[in-house]
Amino acid sequence: MRTPLHLALASMALYAGFAAAQTVPAPVPESEVFSPEQIGHALAPPTPQVGHTAPSAANAPPDDGQWTMPAKNYAQTRYSELTEITPQNVAALTPQFTFALGVIKGEEAAPIVADNTMYIVTAYPNYVYALDLTKPGAPMKWRFAPSPAPASQGIACCDVVNRGGSVDHGKYIFNTLDGQTIALDVKTGKAVWRTQLGNIAIGETITMAPLVADGKVYVGNSGGEMGVRGWFVALDENTGKLLWKAYGTGPDKDVLIGPEFKPHYPSDQGKDLGVSSWPPQAWMIGGGNMWGWANYDAELHTVYHGTGNPGPWNQEQRPGDNKWTTGIFARDPNSGAARWYYQYSPHDEHDYDGINEQLLLDMPFDGKMQKVLIHIDRNGYIYVIERNTGTVLSADPFGPVNSIQGIDLQTGRPNMNPAKSTRVGQTVTNICPTASGAKDWNPSSFSPKTGLLYIGHENMCMDWEDVQVNYIAGTPYVGALVHMKPGPGGNRGEMTAWDPVARKPAWQTKENFPIWSSSVVTASDVLFYGTMDGWFKALNARTGELLWRFKVDSGIISQPVSYKGPDGHQYIAVLSGVGGWSGAVVSGPVDPRDGSAALGMVAAMSDLPKYTTAGGTLYVFALPQH
Amino acid sequence: MCLRFHSISRTRRTAVSRASVGAALLVTALLAGCNHGPGHGATPAEQPDHFGVVESALTPGVGKSLVSEDPRAAQYYDNPDAVAAGARLFAQYNCNGCHSSGGGGMGPDLMDGGWIYGSRLAQIHQTLVEGRPNGMPAWGGKIPDQELWQLATYVRSLSLPATIAAEADDTPGQRPAVVPRAADEDAGWTPPASTTNDYGSTIEGSAYQGRAASTSSGTDQPPKSNAAPNSKGPT
Repeated sequence: MRTPLHLALASMALYAGFAAAQTVPAPVPESEVFSPEQIGHALAPPTPQVGHTAPSAANAPPDDGQWTMPAKNYAQTRYSELTEITPQNVAALTPQFTFALGVIKGEEAAPIVADNTMYIVTAYPNYVYALDLTKPGAPMKWRFAPSPAPASQGIACCDVVNRGGSVDHGKYIFNTLDGQTIALDVKTGKAVWRTQLGNIAIGETITMAPLVADGKVYVGNSGGEMGVRGWFVALDENTGKLLWKAYGTGPDKDVLIGPEFKPHYPSDQGKDLGVSSWPPQAWMIGGGNMWGWANYDAELHTVYHGTGNPGPWNQEQRPGDNKWTTGIFARDPNSGAARWYYQYSPHDEHDYDGINEQLLLDMPFDGKMQKVLIHIDRNGYIYVIERNTGTVLSADPFGPVNSIQGIDLQTGRPNMNPAKSTRVGQTVTNICPTASGAKDWNPSSFSPKTGLLYIGHENMCMDWEDVQVNYIAGTPYVGALVHMKPGPGGNRGEMTAWDPVARKPAWQTKENFPIWSSSVVTASDVLFYGTMDGWFKALNARTGELLWRFKVDSGIISQPVSYKGPDGHQYIAVLSGVGGWSGAVVSGPVDPRDGSAALGMVAAMSDLPKYTTAGGTLYVFALPQH
Repeated sequence: MCLRFHSISRTRRTAVSRASVGAALLVTALLAGCNHGPGHGATPAEQPDHFGVVESALTPGVGKSLVSEDPRAAQYYDNPDAVAAGARLFAQYNCNGCHSSGGGGMGPDLMDGGWIYGSRLAQIHQTLVEGRPNGMPAWGGKIPDQELWQLATYVRSLSLPATIAAEADDTPGQRPAVVPRAADEDAGWTPPASTTNDYGSTIEGSAYQGRAASTSSGTDQPPKSNAAPNSKGPT
């Protein structure tokens, strides 16, 4: 195959600085993907006249001006009722103070504000800072350095990130990369308890933000790329003691499946499916990790959490549905007992983890108000699911897709496109969405005023070849050669304002790079989010019009918040610090000449180092009257 | 305690080649019992496949004479079979899971010419034997020493200009070159400047010009900045 001419060209490339190997691949043609109208499905036509979509007061109490958990409330709307900053005056927004985090890895956390103090946890080594908002320049009250094991850096699949902590009952509670959950006294910064949950010797890390609710702390592990068996635990908030532990694979007793378990779809019903839907013993190293967003439903007294991808990525090594990976569980918070489960991607072939956020809303559907959760999945579909039963009411693509040709709402199963099925010995090209999904972990926001979801997401596709891989504990267990590329149009990111009732976008704006930050939307219809090339932006939440932007020191992949300061004014806070899976080419030890680096992400992101550098800074903005 | 892994290492390779989950689990359960971190288990000198430790590999700021000559390295210079074997092992032992095809990911890239713990074959071999504190497992005593040398040879080849030039597409490490003796003669040896990444070119026009932006030639390239102090001379 490789002719002398090829070799001659290759030699020339040596002297041309290898520009060719650093080129971002051409976008996938529009003709490669399905049109959303063709493949979106719902059990009933829209009935918007029945009522207004909003979270319940139990799950989203009135805004007290604080921001005590990453998602703002249990409904996870990331909606701020503060109205001082408006579309008319936002252009005057200016930085009030900044704070260097002392870490230049991907910063994914939300700054937390409680009792006029701001709390921030950084990427590894997971420093925690408490800043006094009552004093000029917000001086540090204390810093806590948990000193996680350095070796944990080498088993974290996708940068050494941390998605934040929460303040509750006088404690700031967060996780460390090496698998600890730690509760700090907010007054002193001293540890009240530390619980070691993960074992780095088998590749376990923790990157998720713990969910603190109802006197419990809910935590899940990472390691789906290391053959780590997923779990989700509840700890006692006062003591850190383990209350229950539910695995993502294996026998029913390990998954906490018992008499209460009533999944809606037949393919999720049966005994020990977490064993029988795998080759012998493969479930022991099968992934299904919970590294994303869990919800506590104060109305239905239920906990919901997703499960991650099955391992290895090479699907030929694990025939079967691979329960209970790439799905969602509803559980009894007290016992952990599973109530229902739904699998977004049975026998996942594309790394479509099911751990993205859920928003708990009351929404008109089929002529009545229903209690739903809305989940925006990696596989490119928005699922509206009835929360009592786990019934999918509608499933629509929100970005370019071709690996799944619609969801069958009778069986609940995706219609897989055989042309995009991955296999050993063949590179399947132009699979959409890419492995990191039409959207990765970065959560959406929802405004009850506009009735719209604000979804910052990706527009990327990939080429994929399965390769045989061996399980060696503590090393990666992936088995796929992936090269990512821009999706149709070439813009790698998009902000989509999605109307969940009408099941279509209200507006969309394009970004050059994938959006890897969450968004926050305010009652005055201002939407804030950040970009990987370092712009912090304010958009009109009704139109998508860009109202203001500010260039920070490094790309943004974190979670902005809105709070009321001690002076009574509205503030917007965000961390810069590019990194994560998509930003590894800047913050990681990665060479852009190898397109397969960082699990194939580098192919699509090799130009990012020209736009931004590694950093890590808190920015706090307000209107300039102070 | 880790000595027992030597005795099972051949069995292990069979298990690997069959990719039998059951067998792999058995073996890896044993592997897991031997902590990957440094400072645990047997010292390298106790391991039957490894005689002696390379001296002074961690001395910073030294140009030549980082290590004394290691006679075991000699047979791996200009040895295409060793490179090919190393490339195969690189995938079998999941090295590519962290280091990709040389470009890195979970672990550092191996193709940029920057070496924290030294670039010579003996130094790379030592890194493989001992592991390194930020997540690199210690393989000494767990797989045959000859395989560690073959892996070291392949790893060394990844940053050679000949390897990178041999592949104009997006996974250079799949076409490795042999490691010349010259690559080990001077610890300050570096690839030509033209292999530096072109981060300095100007971005033209508005968004979505990523492809156009990476076409400038190598006239204004900044020197690469991530060289380790102990392994590279000035560029």
